[in-house]
Amino acid sequence: MWSEVPSRLATPVSPAPSLPQRKVSPVDGFLKIEKLSKAYQPAKPVFADVSFTLERGEFVCVIGHSGCGKTTILNVLAGLDTASGGHVFMDGREVVGPSLDRGVVFQGHALMPWLTVRQNIAFAVKSRWPEWPAAKINVQVEKFVAMVGLSHAIDKKPSQLSGGMKQRVGIARAFSIQPKMLLLDEPFGALDALTRGTIQDELMTIVRQTQQTVFMITHDVDEAILLADRILLMSNGSETANGYVPGGIAEEVVNPLPRERTRAGLHHLDGYYELRNHIVDFLVTRAVAH
Amino acid sequence: MTTSRTLQLKAALLSALIFLTLLGIWYVATASSGAGGAAAAMTPEQIEYAKMMGKEVGATKSGGFPTLGQMGSTVWGHLANPFYDNGPNDKGIAIQLAHSLGRVGLGFALACLVAIPLGFIIGMSPLLRRAFDPFIQVLKPISPLAWMPLALYTIKDSSVSGIFVIFICSVWPMLVNTAFGVASVKREWLNVASTLEVNPLRRAFLVILPAAAPTILTGMRISMGIAWLVIVAAEMLVGGTGIGYFVWNEWNNLSLTNVIFAILMIGVVGMLLDLAFGQLQKAVTYVE
Repeated sequence: MWSEVPSRLATPVSPAPSLPQRKVSPVDGFLKIEKLSKAYQPAKPVFADVSFTLERGEFVCVIGHSGCGKTTILNVLAGLDTASGGHVFMDGREVVGPSLDRGVVFQGHALMPWLTVRQNIAFAVKSRWPEWPAAKINVQVEKFVAMVGLSHAIDKKPSQLSGGMKQRVGIARAFSIQPKMLLLDEPFGALDALTRGTIQDELMTIVRQTQQTVFMITHDVDEAILLADRILLMSNGSETANGYVPGGIAEEVVNPLPRERTRAGLHHLDGYYELRNHIVDFLVTRAVAH
Repeated sequence: MTTSRTLQLKAALLSALIFLTLLGIWYVATASSGAGGAAAAMTPEQIEYAKMMGKEVGATKSGGFPTLGQMGSTVWGHLANPFYDNGPNDKGIAIQLAHSLGRVGLGFALACLVAIPLGFIIGMSPLLRRAFDPFIQVLKPISPLAWMPLALYTIKDSSVSGIFVIFICSVWPMLVNTAFGVASVKREWLNVASTLEVNPLRRAFLVILPAAAPTILTGMRISMGIAWLVIVAAEMLVGGTGIGYFVWNEWNNLSLTNVIFAILMIGVVGMLLDLAFGQLQKAVTYVE
């Protein structure tokens, strides 16, 4: 049932000619997830048979209800959790544990409260390049703090920052180690709508500039539409007349909107409401009762 | 800000008032036991009789509780010359305190060396935590002085036995707190360390240690408090030097002023130790 061909795919996807730097070759398969499953009770896996690929430079969002296993998938990709079955390959090598190649932005910012912003990011940079001299580390730290616009707060402790600023530091930390890809676990979930919008714009700009490959979990439909090139819709596991059906990726939606879209102009774009309604309909009617 | 300052000022004034009231009560309560009053009421015959019985009439040495004046002169006498050393039974108060602090410091340092690394390991490993738990639960409530006979028998040196007693009483709060602090380090910080491929040593010193430091320091502060309580009792038993021995010695001399003075000094030093650890605790505490 989840292999149904989404109608959305029929919409012609034309990368805007003004953005020639998009380096997505369809056969690359930078990150490959094959038949991933996770079961706490053997008979009732939370999700099963989850397979998808991410191309280099692609921004993919996963959207689904709580409990469908989104965070578990992300943790498996990060190497922090192990799947019950299936494999993950990045760049042709199997993912078996955490790696500096995959930067993670956690749901709670996960900054160390006893370190300043500078020290928090320096900790990451030093872990990535232990041989670097202090001056070089500092240059790297300041560059990435400036990137998220927090140069004025670089020597403050996280407790002195607002929620949005903390999450910016978390993003700067993930980018500072220049990973091959980024994993974002609902990074804006705890933020108010205004802050969230601002940071979404910032994140989009940075991702476009660095051509980072990103895998992100979200609950927010508009956030997914704004940021993602492709949106994976996940369904929860559920009991049906034919027995238990584990959760999984029910549908892959390719975002047809032009890539240089902005948050402010998003809802004026052709196809926006169609896309949004499609995702909301999925979440309301199909995601749980499968 | 101003309200907190006025509050502080009021509290200081009230403290001073309470102090003066206590001194006043002391003054009134001991006024009758002073030397002058009793001698004036005696007839010459009674005075002569008293002298024949070996009682010095008019002398300041009285059987009653010392007066404020006597106390003041004793305090002044000790504080004016705290470092004199006239043989084993007559040393300045600073020397006695230094002996006690030396024992406490040594025992405490040894306890740190054992409890913090061990607590770290126990905190990191659920298996070891369960394995060590029964031992800790049984050994923790034992009064440190109960170890004294065993220590004296095995170590055969009273001074080292004192240090051992301090060690054994300091070890438990530190061990338990370190293990608890290490075990409850937030999962997300460890996850950050994992995704950054931080090696175990860096993880222990740069993530777990600072994260658990406030809890560890709390354990150390409790340990230090207990050690300072125990040293007095231990020195009363062991003898020789130290503030505890001084108290016992002055009790044998029936010099209550000296005993009271020593009690005050124990309190002041204990307070200073606690303040020092409070400052350390403040330095490692973080706001989330």
